Amino acid sequence: MIEFSVQKRQGAFDLDIAFSSPGGVTALFGRSGAGKSSVVSLAAGLSKPDQGRIAVKDQVLFDSKQGINLPPERRRVGLVFQDGRLFPHLTVRANLTYGEHLVPQAERWAEFGKVVELLGISHLLDRRPAKLSGGEKQRVAIGRALLSSPRLLLMDEPLAALDGARKHELLPFIGKVAREFSVPILYVSHAIDEIIELANHLVVLDEGKVKGAGPVEDLLNELDLSDITGRLDAGSILLARVVEHLPSFAATRVALGENHITLPWLDALPGALVRVRIGAQDVALALEKPHRTSFQNILSGRIASIASGGEGKADVRVEISPDGGGMLWTRITSLAASELGLKPGDPVYALVKSASIARSAVAAKA
Amino acid sequence: MTPVEAEALRLSLWVSGWAVAASLPPGILCAWLLARRHFPGKSLVDGIIHLPLVLPPVVVGYFLLVGFGRRGMIGAWLYETFNVTFAFNWKGAALASAVISFPLLVRAVRLSLESVDQGLEQAARTLGAGPLRVFFTITLPLVAPGVITGSILAFARSLSEFGATITFVSNIPGETRTLPIALYTLTQTPGGDVGAFRLCVISVVVAMVALLASEILSRRVARRMEGL
Repeated sequence: MIEFSVQKRQGAFDLDIAFSSPGGVTALFGRSGAGKSSVVSLAAGLSKPDQGRIAVKDQVLFDSKQGINLPPERRRVGLVFQDGRLFPHLTVRANLTYGEHLVPQAERWAEFGKVVELLGISHLLDRRPAKLSGGEKQRVAIGRALLSSPRLLLMDEPLAALDGARKHELLPFIGKVAREFSVPILYVSHAIDEIIELANHLVVLDEGKVKGAGPVEDLLNELDLSDITGRLDAGSILLARVVEHLPSFAATRVALGENHITLPWLDALPGALVRVRIGAQDVALALEKPHRTSFQNILSGRIASIASGGEGKADVRVEISPDGGGMLWTRITSLAASELGLKPGDPVYALVKSASIARSAVAAKA
Repeated sequence: MTPVEAEALRLSLWVSGWAVAASLPPGILCAWLLARRHFPGKSLVDGIIHLPLVLPPVVVGYFLLVGFGRRGMIGAWLYETFNVTFAFNWKGAALASAVISFPLLVRAVRLSLESVDQGLEQAARTLGAGPLRVFFTITLPLVAPGVITGSILAFARSLSEFGATITFVSNIPGETRTLPIALYTLTQTPGGDVGAFRLCVISVVVAMVALLASEILSRRVARRMEGL
Protein backbone atom coordinates (compact mmCIF):
# COMPACT_ATOMS: atom_id res chain seq x y z
CA MET A 1 0.00 0.00 0.00
CA ILE A 2 2.84 2.34 0.85
CA GLU A 3 5.96 1.96 -1.20
CA PHE A 4 8.89 4.07 -0.17
CA SER A 5 12.38 3.79 -1.55
CA VAL A 6 14.64 6.81 -1.75
CA GLN A 7 18.22 7.92 -1.66
CA LYS A 8 19.28 11.39 -0.71
CA ARG A 9 22.61 12.89 0.20
CA GLN A 10 22.36 15.13 3.18
CA GLY A 11 24.57 16.62 5.87
CA ALA A 12 25.70 14.07 8.44
CA PHE A 13 24.86 10.87 6.56
CA ASP A 14 23.37 9.58 3.36
CA LEU A 15 19.75 8.71 3.54
CA ASP A 16 19.02 5.35 1.94
CA ILE A 17 15.62 4.18 3.04
CA ALA A 18 13.39 1.55 1.52
CA PHE A 19 10.32 -0.01 3.07
CA SER A 20 6.82 -0.98 2.16
CA SER A 21 3.80 -1.22 4.36
CA PRO A 22 0.54 -3.13 4.08
CA GLY A 23 -1.55 -0.20 5.36
CA GLY A 24 -2.97 0.45 8.79
CA VAL A 25 -0.64 2.32 11.11
CA THR A 26 3.01 2.06 10.17
CA ALA A 27 5.35 3.41 12.80
CA LEU A 28 8.68 4.94 11.90
CA PHE A 29 10.90 4.55 14.89
CA GLY A 30 14.41 5.73 15.59
CA ARG A 31 16.53 8.08 17.62
CA SER A 32 16.42 11.75 16.81
CA GLY A 33 18.53 12.34 13.75
CA ALA A 34 17.92 8.83 12.41
CA GLY A 35 16.14 10.26 9.38
CA LYS A 36 12.50 10.00 10.50
CA SER A 37 11.58 13.57 9.77
CA SER A 38 13.40 13.42 6.44
CA VAL A 39 11.13 10.55 5.42
CA VAL A 40 8.11 12.66 6.32
CA SER A 41 9.16 15.68 4.33
CA LEU A 42 10.17 13.51 1.37
CA ALA A 43 6.79 11.77 1.40
CA ALA A 44 4.93 15.06 1.68
CA GLY A 45 6.91 16.58 -1.16
CA LEU A 46 8.48 19.28 0.99
CA SER A 47 11.92 18.03 -0.03
CA LYS A 48 13.10 16.07 -3.04
CA PRO A 49 15.02 12.76 -3.05
CA ASP A 50 18.06 12.35 -5.28
CA GLN A 51 16.48 9.21 -6.65
CA GLY A 52 13.90 6.61 -5.80
CA ARG A 53 10.19 6.01 -5.85
CA ILE A 54 7.35 6.89 -3.49
CA ALA A 55 3.86 5.54 -4.08
CA VAL A 56 0.67 5.20 -2.09
CA LYS A 57 -1.79 2.59 -3.32
CA ASP A 58 -1.56 3.03 -7.08
CA GLN A 59 -0.71 6.68 -7.00
CA VAL A 60 2.94 7.47 -7.77
CA LEU A 61 4.06 10.56 -5.86
CA PHE A 62 7.69 10.49 -6.90
CA ASP A 63 9.63 8.40 -9.36
CA SER A 64 13.03 9.54 -10.50
CA LYS A 65 13.07 7.06 -13.40
CA GLN A 66 9.77 8.24 -14.81
CA GLY A 67 10.51 11.85 -13.95
CA ILE A 68 7.47 12.15 -11.69
CA ASN A 69 7.59 14.57 -8.77
CA LEU A 70 4.18 15.74 -7.67
CA PRO A 71 4.17 19.07 -5.80
CA PRO A 72 2.90 18.86 -2.20
CA GLU A 73 -0.53 20.26 -3.07
CA ARG A 74 -1.16 17.45 -5.56
CA ARG A 75 0.07 14.57 -3.40
CA ARG A 76 -2.95 14.46 -1.11
CA VAL A 77 -0.69 13.52 1.77
CA GLY A 78 -2.05 14.89 5.05
CA LEU A 79 0.64 15.96 7.46
CA VAL A 80 0.30 16.50 11.20
CA PHE A 81 3.33 18.42 12.37
CA GLN A 82 4.98 18.19 15.75
CA ASP A 83 4.09 21.81 16.46
CA GLY A 84 0.56 21.78 15.04
CA ARG A 85 1.07 24.67 12.63
CA LEU A 86 -2.50 25.88 12.80
CA PHE A 87 -3.15 29.07 10.87
CA PRO A 88 -3.27 31.78 13.55
CA HIS A 89 -5.42 34.18 11.55
CA LEU A 90 -8.21 31.67 10.99
CA THR A 91 -10.77 30.22 13.38
CA VAL A 92 -10.65 26.54 14.25
CA ARG A 93 -13.52 25.96 11.83
CA ALA A 94 -11.71 27.73 8.98
CA ASN A 95 -8.53 25.83 9.80
CA LEU A 96 -10.43 22.54 9.60
CA THR A 97 -12.10 23.31 6.30
CA TYR A 98 -9.03 24.85 4.65
CA GLY A 99 -8.02 21.62 2.95
CA GLU A 100 -11.56 20.21 2.70
CA HIS A 101 -12.57 22.88 0.18
CA LEU A 102 -9.63 22.02 -2.05
CA VAL A 103 -10.63 18.39 -2.54
CA PRO A 104 -13.14 17.58 -5.28
CA GLN A 105 -16.49 16.69 -3.72
CA ALA A 106 -16.40 13.15 -5.13
CA GLU A 107 -13.05 12.39 -3.53
CA ARG A 108 -13.91 13.52 -0.01
CA TRP A 109 -14.14 10.63 2.40
CA ALA A 110 -13.78 12.50 5.68
CA GLU A 111 -17.00 14.07 6.82
CA PHE A 112 -16.83 17.29 8.85
CA GLY A 113 -19.37 16.32 11.51
CA LYS A 114 -17.84 12.91 12.08
CA VAL A 115 -14.28 14.20 12.34
CA VAL A 116 -15.25 16.98 14.74
CA GLU A 117 -17.18 14.58 16.93
CA LEU A 118 -14.49 11.91 16.91
CA LEU A 119 -11.82 14.38 17.96
CA GLY A 120 -14.06 16.12 20.50
CA ILE A 121 -13.46 19.61 19.13
CA SER A 122 -16.99 20.79 18.41
CA HIS A 123 -16.86 23.31 21.26
CA LEU A 124 -13.71 24.91 19.83
CA LEU A 125 -14.94 25.69 16.33
CA ASP A 126 -15.32 29.45 16.74
CA ARG A 127 -12.09 30.01 18.66
CA ARG A 128 -8.73 30.95 17.30
CA PRO A 129 -5.69 28.70 17.65
CA ALA A 130 -3.86 31.00 20.06
CA LYS A 131 -6.47 30.26 22.74
CA LEU A 132 -6.21 26.47 22.53
CA SER A 133 -4.21 24.17 24.78
CA GLY A 134 -1.43 22.06 23.30
CA GLY A 135 -3.59 18.93 23.15
CA GLU A 136 -6.52 20.80 21.59
CA LYS A 137 -4.22 22.27 18.95
CA GLN A 138 -2.99 18.83 17.96
CA ARG A 139 -6.53 17.48 17.76
CA VAL A 140 -7.48 20.33 15.44
CA ALA A 141 -4.33 19.70 13.42
CA ILE A 142 -5.28 16.04 13.05
CA GLY A 143 -8.81 17.02 12.03
CA ARG A 144 -7.50 19.51 9.50
CA ALA A 145 -5.28 16.87 7.90
CA LEU A 146 -8.10 14.29 7.90
CA LEU A 147 -10.58 16.67 6.30
CA SER A 148 -8.30 17.12 3.32
CA SER A 149 -9.23 13.46 2.64
CA PRO A 150 -5.62 12.38 2.18
CA ARG A 151 -4.42 9.18 0.56
CA LEU A 152 -1.83 8.92 3.30
CA LEU A 153 -1.75 10.53 6.71
CA LEU A 154 1.69 11.43 8.05
CA MET A 155 2.09 12.13 11.73
CA ASP A 156 5.46 13.57 12.62
CA GLU A 157 5.83 13.04 16.38
CA PRO A 158 2.44 14.62 17.05
CA LEU A 159 2.83 14.14 20.80
CA ALA A 160 6.41 15.32 21.14
CA ALA A 161 5.49 18.88 22.09
CA LEU A 162 3.05 17.79 24.81
CA ASP A 163 3.72 16.96 28.45
CA GLY A 164 3.10 13.49 29.87
CA ALA A 165 -0.52 13.88 30.90
CA ARG A 166 -1.53 15.57 27.64
CA LYS A 167 0.18 12.78 25.70
CA HIS A 168 -2.03 10.19 27.32
CA GLU A 169 -5.07 12.33 26.57
CA LEU A 170 -4.28 12.57 22.88
CA LEU A 171 -3.12 9.03 22.20
CA PRO A 172 -6.62 7.47 22.29
CA PHE A 173 -7.83 10.02 19.72
CA ILE A 174 -5.12 8.93 17.31
CA GLY A 175 -6.08 5.32 17.93
CA LYS A 176 -9.71 6.17 17.13
CA VAL A 177 -8.71 7.89 13.90
CA ALA A 178 -6.78 4.79 12.86
CA ARG A 179 -9.76 2.54 13.59
CA GLU A 180 -12.54 4.72 12.18
CA PHE A 181 -10.94 5.70 8.89
CA SER A 182 -9.23 3.35 6.51
CA VAL A 183 -6.53 5.84 5.56
CA PRO A 184 -3.00 4.44 5.88
CA ILE A 185 -1.04 6.26 8.57
CA LEU A 186 2.69 6.75 8.84
CA TYR A 187 3.37 7.53 12.48
CA VAL A 188 6.78 8.89 13.40
CA SER A 189 7.93 8.55 16.98
CA HIS A 190 10.85 7.85 19.21
CA ALA A 191 8.60 6.66 22.05
CA ILE A 192 8.18 2.90 21.97
CA ASP A 193 5.02 2.90 24.11
CA GLU A 194 3.18 5.09 21.58
CA ILE A 195 4.13 2.70 18.83
CA ILE A 196 3.03 -0.35 20.76
CA GLU A 197 -0.30 1.29 21.43
CA LEU A 198 -0.97 2.46 17.88
CA ALA A 199 0.98 0.68 15.20
CA ASN A 200 0.63 -2.67 13.51
CA HIS A 201 3.67 -2.32 11.32
CA LEU A 202 7.06 -1.01 12.34
CA VAL A 203 10.03 0.39 10.48
CA VAL A 204 13.14 0.99 12.57
CA LEU A 205 15.57 3.62 11.27
CA ASP A 206 19.13 4.17 12.31
CA GLU A 207 21.54 6.66 10.79
CA GLY A 208 19.60 7.04 7.60
CA LYS A 209 19.13 3.31 6.98
CA VAL A 210 16.33 0.84 7.68
CA LYS A 211 17.41 -1.43 10.50
CA GLY A 212 14.35 -3.62 10.45
CA ALA A 213 10.76 -3.66 9.21
CA GLY A 214 7.78 -5.88 9.86
CA PRO A 215 4.78 -6.48 12.13
CA VAL A 216 5.26 -4.77 15.50
CA GLU A 217 5.13 -7.98 17.61
CA ASP A 218 7.67 -9.81 15.47
CA LEU A 219 10.06 -6.94 15.16
CA LEU A 220 10.09 -5.81 18.76
CA ASN A 221 10.69 -9.34 19.97
CA GLU A 222 13.28 -10.28 17.41
CA LEU A 223 15.31 -7.21 17.18
CA ASP A 224 17.50 -6.08 19.97
CA LEU A 225 16.41 -2.50 20.07
CA SER A 226 18.10 -1.75 23.34
CA ASP A 227 20.84 0.27 21.69
CA ILE A 228 18.15 2.45 20.16
CA THR A 229 15.53 2.50 22.86
CA GLY A 230 17.88 2.41 25.82
CA ARG A 231 18.19 -0.37 28.38
CA LEU A 232 14.99 0.37 30.27
CA ASP A 233 12.91 -0.22 27.22
CA ALA A 234 13.98 -3.81 26.68
CA GLY A 235 10.92 -6.01 26.83
CA SER A 236 8.53 -8.25 24.96
CA ILE A 237 5.33 -7.54 23.13
CA LEU A 238 2.76 -10.29 23.26
CA LEU A 239 -0.63 -10.49 21.66
CA ALA A 240 -3.33 -11.50 24.13
CA ARG A 241 -7.09 -11.95 24.10
CA VAL A 242 -9.32 -10.42 26.76
CA VAL A 243 -11.03 -13.17 28.77
CA GLU A 244 -12.91 -11.45 31.56
CA HIS A 245 -13.06 -8.41 33.78
CA LEU A 246 -12.70 -8.60 37.56
CA PRO A 247 -14.43 -5.38 38.58
CA SER A 248 -13.95 -5.75 42.33
CA PHE A 249 -10.19 -5.97 41.85
CA ALA A 250 -10.04 -3.40 39.04
CA ALA A 251 -8.36 -6.05 36.96
CA THR A 252 -8.76 -7.74 33.61
CA ARG A 253 -7.74 -11.27 32.78
CA VAL A 254 -6.27 -11.98 29.36
CA ALA A 255 -5.11 -15.16 27.68
CA LEU A 256 -1.74 -15.77 26.09
CA GLY A 257 -2.37 -19.08 24.45
CA GLU A 258 -3.27 -21.37 27.35
CA ASN A 259 -1.70 -19.12 29.95
CA HIS A 260 -3.82 -16.53 31.69
CA ILE A 261 -2.43 -13.32 33.06
CA THR A 262 -4.04 -10.50 34.99
CA LEU A 263 -3.65 -6.88 33.97
CA PRO A 264 -4.85 -3.66 35.53
CA TRP A 265 -8.39 -2.82 34.41
CA LEU A 266 -8.60 -2.50 30.65
CA ASP A 267 -11.23 -0.83 28.52
CA ALA A 268 -11.79 -3.61 26.04
CA LEU A 269 -14.56 -6.11 25.44
CA PRO A 270 -13.96 -9.79 26.17
CA GLY A 271 -12.64 -11.43 23.03
CA ALA A 272 -10.78 -8.32 21.91
CA LEU A 273 -7.12 -8.64 21.01
CA VAL A 274 -4.74 -6.48 23.01
CA ARG A 275 -1.07 -5.95 22.95
CA VAL A 276 0.71 -6.59 26.22
CA ARG A 277 4.14 -5.30 26.93
CA ILE A 278 6.22 -7.02 29.56
CA GLY A 279 9.49 -5.41 30.56
CA ALA A 280 12.48 -7.74 30.65
CA GLN A 281 13.37 -6.48 34.13
CA ASP A 282 9.93 -7.37 35.47
CA VAL A 283 10.16 -11.08 34.86
CA ALA A 284 11.63 -13.62 37.27
CA LEU A 285 12.33 -17.27 36.45
CA ALA A 286 11.66 -20.41 38.49
CA LEU A 287 12.39 -24.04 37.74
CA GLU A 288 9.37 -25.30 39.67
CA LYS A 289 5.90 -23.88 39.68
CA PRO A 290 5.66 -21.71 42.79
CA HIS A 291 2.60 -22.08 45.01
CA ARG A 292 1.09 -19.57 47.38
CA THR A 293 2.86 -16.52 45.94
CA SER A 294 1.93 -12.93 45.26
CA PHE A 295 2.92 -13.43 41.63
CA GLN A 296 -0.38 -13.49 39.76
CA ASN A 297 1.05 -14.29 36.41
CA ILE A 298 2.95 -17.49 36.00
CA LEU A 299 3.68 -18.54 32.45
CA SER A 300 5.10 -21.92 31.63
CA GLY A 301 7.64 -22.16 28.87
CA ARG A 302 10.98 -23.33 27.67
CA ILE A 303 14.27 -21.50 27.48
CA ALA A 304 15.05 -20.60 23.89
CA SER A 305 18.36 -18.84 24.37
CA ILE A 306 20.65 -17.28 26.94
CA ALA A 307 22.95 -14.41 26.13
CA SER A 308 25.18 -12.27 28.25
CA GLY A 309 23.61 -8.88 28.77
CA GLY A 310 26.76 -7.32 30.21
CA GLU A 311 27.14 -5.82 33.70
CA GLY A 312 26.55 -9.16 35.38
CA LYS A 313 23.21 -9.65 33.66
CA ALA A 314 21.93 -12.41 31.44
CA ASP A 315 19.26 -11.98 28.76
CA VAL A 316 17.13 -15.10 28.70
CA ARG A 317 14.54 -15.71 26.03
CA VAL A 318 11.66 -17.92 27.06
CA GLU A 319 9.31 -19.47 24.54
CA ILE A 320 5.91 -19.50 26.17
CA SER A 321 4.20 -22.80 25.64
CA PRO A 322 2.12 -24.18 24.26
CA ASP A 323 1.22 -21.75 21.54
CA GLY A 324 1.73 -18.91 23.96
CA GLY A 325 1.95 -16.25 21.33
CA GLY A 326 5.61 -15.54 21.42
CA MET A 327 8.87 -15.04 23.16
CA LEU A 328 9.35 -13.48 26.53
CA TRP A 329 12.54 -11.61 27.20
CA THR A 330 13.79 -11.70 30.74
CA ARG A 331 16.78 -10.04 32.23
CA ILE A 332 18.16 -11.74 35.34
CA THR A 333 21.58 -11.64 36.99
CA SER A 334 24.13 -13.99 35.49
CA LEU A 335 24.73 -15.28 39.03
CA ALA A 336 21.12 -16.46 39.25
CA ALA A 337 21.31 -17.97 35.79
CA SER A 338 24.37 -19.97 36.71
CA GLU A 339 23.06 -21.09 40.12
CA LEU A 340 19.83 -22.33 38.53
CA GLY A 341 21.91 -24.03 35.86
CA LEU A 342 19.76 -22.63 33.10
CA LYS A 343 20.41 -23.89 29.60
CA PRO A 344 18.48 -23.76 26.34
CA GLY A 345 15.66 -26.27 26.16
CA ASP A 346 14.99 -26.35 29.92
CA PRO A 347 11.36 -25.96 30.99
CA VAL A 348 10.89 -22.91 33.22
CA TYR A 349 8.17 -20.80 34.77
CA ALA A 350 8.23 -17.09 34.08
CA LEU A 351 6.87 -14.99 36.94
CA VAL A 352 5.44 -11.64 35.93
CA LYS A 353 4.25 -9.11 38.48
CA SER A 354 0.83 -8.07 37.27
CA ALA A 355 1.45 -4.52 38.42
CA SER A 356 4.47 -4.39 36.20
CA ILE A 357 2.29 -4.25 33.13
CA ALA A 358 1.82 -0.57 32.66
CA ARG A 359 -1.62 0.44 31.53
CA SER A 360 -0.19 2.75 28.89
CA ALA A 361 1.60 -0.19 27.36
CA VAL A 362 -1.62 -2.08 26.81
CA ALA A 363 -3.55 -1.21 23.74
CA ALA A 364 -6.54 -2.33 21.84
CA LYS A 365 -5.30 -3.70 18.57
CA ALA A 366 -6.72 -2.06 15.50
CA MET B 1 -10.33 76.32 5.95
CA THR B 2 -10.06 78.57 2.93
CA PRO B 3 -10.83 77.10 -0.51
CA VAL B 4 -7.11 77.25 -1.34
CA GLU B 5 -6.20 75.28 1.80
CA ALA B 6 -8.98 72.78 1.21
CA GLU B 7 -7.77 72.24 -2.32
CA ALA B 8 -4.16 71.68 -1.21
CA LEU B 9 -5.32 69.21 1.45
CA ARG B 10 -7.63 67.35 -0.93
CA LEU B 11 -4.88 67.17 -3.54
CA SER B 12 -2.34 65.93 -0.98
CA LEU B 13 -4.62 63.16 0.22
CA TRP B 14 -5.54 62.21 -3.34
CA VAL B 15 -1.93 62.13 -4.56
CA SER B 16 -0.67 60.24 -1.49
CA GLY B 17 -3.57 57.80 -1.60
CA TRP B 18 -2.83 56.93 -5.21
CA ALA B 19 0.89 56.78 -4.55
CA VAL B 20 0.36 54.16 -1.82
CA ALA B 21 -2.35 52.21 -3.65
CA ALA B 22 -0.26 51.97 -6.81
CA SER B 23 2.91 50.97 -5.00
CA LEU B 24 1.29 48.23 -2.89
CA PRO B 25 1.30 45.41 -5.49
CA PRO B 26 4.86 46.02 -6.75
CA GLY B 27 5.97 46.81 -3.21
CA ILE B 28 4.70 43.51 -1.82
CA LEU B 29 6.18 41.66 -4.80
CA CYS B 30 9.60 43.30 -4.28
CA ALA B 31 9.46 42.58 -0.55
CA TRP B 32 8.61 38.94 -1.27
CA LEU B 33 11.44 38.61 -3.81
CA LEU B 34 13.94 40.13 -1.40
CA ALA B 35 12.74 38.10 1.59
CA ARG B 36 12.26 34.71 -0.06
CA ARG B 37 14.20 34.43 -3.29
CA HIS B 38 17.84 34.24 -4.14
CA PHE B 39 18.71 35.49 -7.58
CA PRO B 40 21.74 37.01 -9.26
CA GLY B 41 21.86 40.77 -8.82
CA LYS B 42 19.72 40.70 -5.67
CA SER B 43 21.95 43.21 -3.87
CA LEU B 44 21.73 45.53 -6.84
CA VAL B 45 17.92 45.39 -6.86
CA ASP B 46 17.92 45.93 -3.11
CA GLY B 47 20.18 48.95 -3.57
CA ILE B 48 18.09 50.49 -6.33
CA ILE B 49 14.89 50.12 -4.29
CA HIS B 50 16.52 51.83 -1.33
CA LEU B 51 18.21 54.57 -3.34
CA PRO B 52 15.38 57.14 -2.95
CA LEU B 53 15.83 56.87 0.81
CA VAL B 54 19.38 58.24 0.66
CA LEU B 55 19.36 60.37 -2.49
CA PRO B 56 18.32 64.02 -2.29
CA PRO B 57 14.68 64.07 -3.48
CA VAL B 58 15.61 66.71 -6.03
CA VAL B 59 17.85 64.16 -7.73
CA VAL B 60 15.00 61.66 -7.85
CA GLY B 61 12.77 64.38 -9.27
CA TYR B 62 15.33 65.16 -11.92
CA PHE B 63 15.64 61.48 -12.90
CA LEU B 64 11.87 61.30 -13.16
CA LEU B 65 11.84 64.40 -15.34
CA VAL B 66 14.43 62.85 -17.65
CA GLY B 67 12.72 59.47 -17.70
CA PHE B 68 9.01 60.29 -17.51
CA GLY B 69 8.81 63.81 -18.93
CA ARG B 70 6.90 64.24 -22.17
CA ARG B 71 10.19 63.88 -24.04
CA GLY B 72 11.73 61.43 -21.59
CA MET B 73 12.63 57.93 -22.70
CA ILE B 74 9.75 56.23 -20.98
CA GLY B 75 7.47 59.24 -20.93
CA ALA B 76 7.50 59.68 -24.71
CA TRP B 77 6.75 56.01 -25.26
CA LEU B 78 3.91 56.05 -22.72
CA TYR B 79 2.42 59.12 -24.37
CA GLU B 80 2.61 57.67 -27.86
CA THR B 81 1.37 54.21 -26.91
CA PHE B 82 -1.21 54.84 -24.21
CA ASN B 83 -1.70 58.59 -24.45
CA VAL B 84 -0.75 58.78 -20.78
CA THR B 85 1.59 61.37 -19.40
CA PHE B 86 3.02 62.11 -16.00
CA ALA B 87 4.36 65.51 -16.97
CA PHE B 88 3.08 68.41 -14.88
CA ASN B 89 -0.09 66.79 -13.55
CA TRP B 90 -1.23 65.07 -10.35
CA LYS B 91 -0.29 61.63 -11.72
CA GLY B 92 3.28 62.82 -11.90
CA ALA B 93 3.04 64.04 -8.31
CA ALA B 94 1.73 60.62 -7.28
CA LEU B 95 4.55 58.91 -9.19
CA ALA B 96 7.15 61.08 -7.46
CA SER B 97 5.61 60.34 -4.04
CA ALA B 98 5.40 56.64 -4.82
CA VAL B 99 9.06 56.40 -5.83
CA ILE B 100 10.22 58.34 -2.78
CA SER B 101 8.13 56.34 -0.30
CA PHE B 102 8.59 52.95 -2.00
CA PRO B 103 11.58 51.81 0.13
CA LEU B 104 9.63 52.45 3.35
CA LEU B 105 6.79 50.23 2.17
CA VAL B 106 9.13 47.48 0.96
CA ARG B 107 11.16 47.49 4.16
CA ALA B 108 8.13 47.14 6.42
CA VAL B 109 6.56 44.34 4.36
CA ARG B 110 9.87 42.54 4.00
CA LEU B 111 10.52 42.56 7.75
CA SER B 112 7.05 41.21 8.31
CA LEU B 113 7.51 38.51 5.65
CA GLU B 114 10.76 37.39 7.21
CA SER B 115 8.99 36.80 10.51
CA VAL B 116 6.25 34.63 8.98
CA ASP B 117 6.66 30.97 9.92
CA GLN B 118 7.22 29.24 6.59
CA GLY B 119 6.06 26.05 8.23
CA LEU B 120 2.53 27.43 7.98
CA GLU B 121 2.96 27.83 4.23
CA GLN B 122 4.22 24.26 4.00
CA ALA B 123 1.22 23.08 5.99
CA ALA B 124 -1.10 24.84 3.54
CA ARG B 125 0.69 23.19 0.62
CA THR B 126 0.19 19.73 2.10
CA LEU B 127 -3.51 20.56 2.49
CA GLY B 128 -3.79 21.02 -1.25
CA ALA B 129 -3.19 24.73 -1.82
CA GLY B 130 -0.94 25.79 -4.69
CA PRO B 131 1.71 28.50 -4.21
CA LEU B 132 -0.57 31.36 -5.31
CA ARG B 133 -3.42 30.30 -3.06
CA VAL B 134 -0.99 29.89 -0.18
CA PHE B 135 0.25 33.41 -0.79
CA PHE B 136 -3.18 34.99 -0.77
CA THR B 137 -4.80 32.92 2.00
CA ILE B 138 -1.86 32.43 4.38
CA THR B 139 1.12 34.66 3.68
CA LEU B 140 -0.69 37.88 2.90
CA PRO B 141 -3.04 37.79 5.93
CA LEU B 142 -0.07 37.02 8.16
CA VAL B 143 1.90 40.01 6.88
CA ALA B 144 -1.12 42.31 7.15
CA PRO B 145 0.40 44.18 10.12
CA GLY B 146 3.52 44.87 8.07
CA VAL B 147 1.48 45.95 5.07
CA ILE B 148 -0.53 48.34 7.24
CA THR B 149 2.55 49.81 8.91
CA GLY B 150 4.32 50.12 5.57
CA SER B 151 1.32 51.75 3.91
CA ILE B 152 0.90 54.33 6.66
CA LEU B 153 4.61 55.13 6.64
CA ALA B 154 4.54 55.48 2.86
CA PHE B 155 1.38 57.58 3.05
CA ALA B 156 2.93 59.91 5.63
CA ARG B 157 6.11 60.18 3.58
CA SER B 158 4.03 60.98 0.48
CA LEU B 159 2.18 63.73 2.32
CA SER B 160 5.49 65.37 3.18
CA GLU B 161 6.99 64.89 -0.28
CA PHE B 162 8.36 68.15 -1.67
CA GLY B 163 11.69 68.06 -3.52
CA ALA B 164 11.04 65.35 -6.09
CA THR B 165 7.51 66.62 -6.76
CA ILE B 166 8.40 70.25 -7.37
CA THR B 167 11.37 69.25 -9.54
CA PHE B 168 9.37 66.78 -11.62
CA VAL B 169 5.92 68.34 -11.95
CA SER B 170 6.51 71.89 -10.73
CA ASN B 171 4.05 73.98 -8.72
CA ILE B 172 0.68 74.11 -10.45
CA PRO B 173 -2.36 75.11 -8.33
CA GLY B 174 -5.05 72.42 -8.27
CA GLU B 175 -2.80 69.97 -10.10
CA THR B 176 0.52 69.53 -8.32
CA ARG B 177 0.42 72.09 -5.49
CA THR B 178 0.19 69.72 -2.53
CA LEU B 179 0.29 70.88 1.12
CA PRO B 180 4.09 71.21 1.42
CA ILE B 181 4.33 73.00 -1.92
CA ALA B 182 1.45 75.32 -1.03
CA LEU B 183 3.22 76.00 2.27
CA TYR B 184 6.48 76.75 0.48
CA THR B 185 4.64 79.08 -1.90
CA LEU B 186 3.12 81.00 1.01
CA THR B 187 6.51 81.42 2.69
CA GLN B 188 7.76 82.98 -0.55
CA THR B 189 4.77 85.38 -0.67
CA PRO B 190 4.90 88.67 1.31
CA GLY B 191 2.32 88.49 4.13
CA GLY B 192 1.87 84.73 3.78
CA ASP B 193 3.01 83.93 7.34
CA VAL B 194 -0.44 83.35 8.81
CA GLY B 195 -1.49 81.15 5.88
CA ALA B 196 1.73 79.18 6.16
CA PHE B 197 1.14 78.62 9.87
CA ARG B 198 -2.41 77.42 9.21
CA LEU B 199 -1.10 74.88 6.66
CA CYS B 200 1.48 73.73 9.21
CA VAL B 201 -1.31 72.99 11.67
CA ILE B 202 -3.28 71.11 9.00
CA SER B 203 -0.19 69.04 8.13
CA VAL B 204 0.38 68.13 11.77
CA VAL B 205 -3.27 67.11 12.22
CA VAL B 206 -3.26 64.94 9.08
CA ALA B 207 -0.02 63.23 10.12
CA MET B 208 -1.36 62.56 13.62
CA VAL B 209 -4.60 61.09 12.26
CA ALA B 210 -2.62 58.80 9.94
CA LEU B 211 -0.41 57.57 12.77
CA LEU B 212 -3.37 56.96 15.06
CA ALA B 213 -5.22 55.09 12.34
CA SER B 214 -2.19 52.89 11.82
CA GLU B 215 -1.93 52.20 15.54
CA ILE B 216 -5.61 51.25 15.84
CA LEU B 217 -5.50 49.05 12.74
CA SER B 218 -2.39 47.13 13.74
CA ARG B 219 -3.74 46.62 17.23
CA ARG B 220 -6.95 45.22 15.81
CA VAL B 221 -5.04 42.81 13.57
CA ALA B 222 -2.81 41.71 16.44
CA ARG B 223 -5.84 41.08 18.64
CA ARG B 224 -7.39 38.91 15.96
CA MET B 225 -4.28 36.70 15.90
CA GLU B 226 -4.42 36.31 19.66
CA GLY B 227 -7.86 34.88 19.35
CA LEU B 228 -10.10 37.61 20.78
